[in-house]
Amino acid sequence: MRDLLAALTELRERLQEIPQADERRLSDLKTEILGRKAGALTQILAALPRLEPAARKQVGGAANALKRDYETAFAARERELKHAGDAGGAGAGVDLTMPGRARWVGGLHLVTQVVDEICEIFHELGFTRAVGPEIETERYNFYALNFPKDHPALDAQDSFYVGGDLLLRTHTSPVQIRTLESYPPPIRVVIPGKAYRRDPFDASHAPVFEQIEGLAVDDGISFVDFKATLATFARKFFAPDTRVRFRPSFFPFTEPSAEMDVQCRICQGAGCPTCKQTGWMEILGSGMVHPAVLENCGVDSEKYTGFAWGMGPERIAMTRHGIPDIRLLFESDVRFLAQFARGPR
Amino acid sequence: MIVSRRWLEALLGQALDAGEAAAQLTMHAAAVDAVVPLHQDLGDIVIARVLEVRKHPNADRLTLCRVDVGGPDGPVEVVCGAPNVQAGKVYPYAPVGGTLPGGVRLERKAIRGVESNGMLCSAKELGLGQDHSGILELATDAAPGTRFVDVVPVADHQIVIDVPASRPDLLCHKGVARELAASLGGVVKLPEIPSGQAVRRSGDATDRPPVRLTGGEGTVDGVRVSLEDAEGCPRYIAAVIRGVRVGPSPAWLVGRLGAVGQRPINNVVDATNYILLELNQPLHAFDLAKLRGPAVVIRRAKPNEKIVTLDGVARALTPEMTAICDAERPTIVAGVMGSAESEVTTATTDLVLECAYFQPTRIRRTRRALQLSSESSYRFERGIDLLGMPDAARRAIELIRAVAGGELREPPLDSWPQPVQEATIFLRPERVARLLGVGIERAEIERLLTSVGFFVAPKDGRLAVQVPGWRPDVTREVDLIEEVARLKGYDAFPDELRPYRPGTVPDAVLEEAKARVREQLARAGLYEARTIPLGPADGPEAVAIQNPLSADEAHLRRRLLPGLARRVEHNWANRNRDVRLFEVGTVFRMGKGEGEKGKGAPEEWHSVAGVITGSQRPPHWSDSAKVPDMDIWDLKRHFELAVEAAAPGCTVQAATGTGAGWVAVQRGGEVVGQAGSLEADSPVWAAPLFGFEVRLETALRDVAPYRPLPTQPPVERDVALLLPAGVTAAAVAAVLARAMGPLLERLEVFDEYRGAGVPAGQRSVAWHCTFRDPTRTLREREVDELLARGLKALEDELGVRRREG
Ligand SMILES: [Zn+2]
Repeated sequence: MRDLLAALTELRERLQEIPQADERRLSDLKTEILGRKAGALTQILAALPRLEPAARKQVGGAANALKRDYETAFAARERELKHAGDAGGAGAGVDLTMPGRARWVGGLHLVTQVVDEICEIFHELGFTRAVGPEIETERYNFYALNFPKDHPALDAQDSFYVGGDLLLRTHTSPVQIRTLESYPPPIRVVIPGKAYRRDPFDASHAPVFEQIEGLAVDDGISFVDFKATLATFARKFFAPDTRVRFRPSFFPFTEPSAEMDVQCRICQGAGCPTCKQTGWMEILGSGMVHPAVLENCGVDSEKYTGFAWGMGPERIAMTRHGIPDIRLLFESDVRFLAQFARGPR
Repeated sequence: MIVSRRWLEALLGQALDAGEAAAQLTMHAAAVDAVVPLHQDLGDIVIARVLEVRKHPNADRLTLCRVDVGGPDGPVEVVCGAPNVQAGKVYPYAPVGGTLPGGVRLERKAIRGVESNGMLCSAKELGLGQDHSGILELATDAAPGTRFVDVVPVADHQIVIDVPASRPDLLCHKGVARELAASLGGVVKLPEIPSGQAVRRSGDATDRPPVRLTGGEGTVDGVRVSLEDAEGCPRYIAAVIRGVRVGPSPAWLVGRLGAVGQRPINNVVDATNYILLELNQPLHAFDLAKLRGPAVVIRRAKPNEKIVTLDGVARALTPEMTAICDAERPTIVAGVMGSAESEVTTATTDLVLECAYFQPTRIRRTRRALQLSSESSYRFERGIDLLGMPDAARRAIELIRAVAGGELREPPLDSWPQPVQEATIFLRPERVARLLGVGIERAEIERLLTSVGFFVAPKDGRLAVQVPGWRPDVTREVDLIEEVARLKGYDAFPDELRPYRPGTVPDAVLEEAKARVREQLARAGLYEARTIPLGPADGPEAVAIQNPLSADEAHLRRRLLPGLARRVEHNWANRNRDVRLFEVGTVFRMGKGEGEKGKGAPEEWHSVAGVITGSQRPPHWSDSAKVPDMDIWDLKRHFELAVEAAAPGCTVQAATGTGAGWVAVQRGGEVVGQAGSLEADSPVWAAPLFGFEVRLETALRDVAPYRPLPTQPPVERDVALLLPAGVTAAAVAAVLARAMGPLLERLEVFDEYRGAGVPAGQRSVAWHCTFRDPTRTLREREVDELLARGLKALEDELGVRRREG
């Protein structure tokens, strides 16, 4: 009996641990002392029936009083901990409006995000990604794509040469040719990558830029498929209610050629400085694959038809996010990068 | 290309709304970049009649005019300073409160003591010319008070068209009018030329067709014409006009040219410019008196033959260029620019008018070689209407004679050694349906093509389509299908998604690899950068750009790190101290071997690089000390992460040589990456800069297998070891792993210490060892035995002992 009383005294001293306990410690203490089987106090109470009546009364009274005290203390501390979790609460003198502990975060470049997003949308439409080298031959960059030699169409393609007829590709279109040479139809690819033009670096031109080209070739692909695919892309990329329009254009490697515009997101078509008062924003150049391109790759142009397009993720990013100067995308100022930092998808 | 709304209206014989015209052109022909209203700022100016002119009481040069301005309050008093003001005549009048061009608002004010109610205006004040010598006298019956712009045809719109290289026909008003007639309805007809001094006799040579020559030699009105270079110049029409009076052009012609932004020069040059802009036929008029021979010889230039062009520059020609010469020397760089000497001047009385077709690629090469462009070269390069030349020549002669007089004694001479006809292309209606995805009635196809000048005739179930000379871009069936589609309007086609077959091309492994690396490094706290791959040479193998924009961007990068270091400097310049960047991109170097692109062609591959500098983590208010800056151990971890993602088979090893650094080594021993400190232009407050770069492997990644999670408890031991100089942690770990066997699950370094209690030259490294048997609970004694075995092996093999105490 004396042992039991000593144990009770010891247990009573431990009551003072409760107000300092955190949630975890509190739960441990509860198990240790009031646990249904192995709890120290529970065991004492369980031993009562075996004691003499007098001893049972003495020990029992003390044990039950201690149990009540423990229960009260546990409940009080639980309330306190719960209350401390409330916003603005100043339990135990902690100012919970103080800033939390941060860690460094990184992120993908805005242009990478746009490229990934575009490829992802086209992936849903059955397109896989194809890539090719940045140094190209004139044949792949121009002539297989039906650019006539010494034609003014080459003027817009002012190129950097690296020796002989090798140049830095002026678009990712050469990968159209490489793909048509390597795979049989049906072909459905998107071609992301860098392209180079001999433009001085200014607010709207960069000598190096990202491009996404697309190509679909199969038996029976028509202008309707072409319009539908690109209009679907625009509605998925911008918004489901996006209005698009197609209008005539010229590219040597497409015929008919078209430009796709989306209604200006800023003025909703009313006209504003961003869309040069037209109400529309040019998004991509496109068209039905010119039969000469198919023929240059040994594909039967009577049987197979297709469509192709190209667009500039930098320009699309600038349009969508209101970035006024393309150089911001290359300066790598961490304050700029952090604005668009989004983790890996 | 800038076209004038009024000019188009004259060709179409109907009024146009500039905005509507622009919309139709954009949706059916070529994009309109802008519609610029001209002289719309004259809206406040009204017609006024001067009723009475009196002397100003206080100034000799001024007059007081009583002017009927059509208002309800009767005539007003206006002070006028112009010498030409006369009672009874009509002038433009700006009322008080009205705005003049340039935005000046007119106020009522006293001039030399007399109040003036508004102002009578000169041409210059209205922005209509330079004439400020007097007020603008108007010949109109319009009632006073009528708006000036409703009476005088100055208000116009410039429509700025972005004409693609394939559509030279849109480089003139007639061509643009043709497109508008097709979409808005109407007929294109050349307007009458207002007749000036021209005296037309019956049987005038102007009315007779050109004399056609299929040979290369002929004479027109005493001038020998010799076409020697028929390749460079397939067709050449020459006319001689004698007795012209060179002087200023009439107002209507100045107005037409002015509306599209061209300054008048003289009546002959203005007439040729007018025809250029009306019909897209470049013309050249040159002074007959300065022609030796007199002869016009169209030939290849001789090597190094010299000419001083109109811009005053002496130029050397080559046999790759066509020259228009007199009997001795070149007078014109064919299709590009004439000589200053042969130019038409006010002294010119007789002139030769050239109406030619020059071979487009010849002009392009000449223009590029001489770095000299002109309105003419721009058009010849794109291809003019070979078949429309006689009509253009005739109209040009008529116009020159109307504005400058002169006579045509003989019909023009047309040298055309190898005449051609309109090309015919066959169009299958079922092919139209197949390509466009929608069937279009044969009659509809015919109507659309005919509307822009194609001649269509059915033949054997197909359509035989004759292509007009102004459409050199139309050469095969698909070109006609494009015509059908654009004339119908692309928006008229449905855009319903139809089923498609999956493609045969697998998704690019390279893109997956790049995405994996980007994900890893972004997660590690780095921002992705995109830098320009052009810069100064960064080594002997750098690939040189042959035509760089500037000397410091004359090479392709061999590595990504130098570019990233420049980006860190840019950030420092903006006072950003914590900078962590990575890039995944292409790098280049001069090739050595035989490649797809030939021997020694440049090689390219993908590289991954990162730079880190600044605090290890963002500071927090609860920190007891300043957060330390990133050091080589942060670098090592980032490098390991990059190598793991970019080159999975590689190991990271300490680099040999000076300075702390690491290399990534392939199984075969090839080094494919490095990491270390970077040199950069850093401000004093900057933290040390570290960088790494590793070649990106594009191989597919192994699939990670599942390892069962342990069910048995671990036994743990901490042990501090004394490592003599030269013994590495990696060597210790290797010995321990081998000696203690598979029951040793994990070894982690948790401390390093040098100093008191450790012999000089040695260091203490503390390890946390975890032991586990997957099948049973280990006993403490077993673990103690294992540890003892490990320690013995360390002592035997490396001289490493346990640190006591
Ligand atoms: Zn807008």
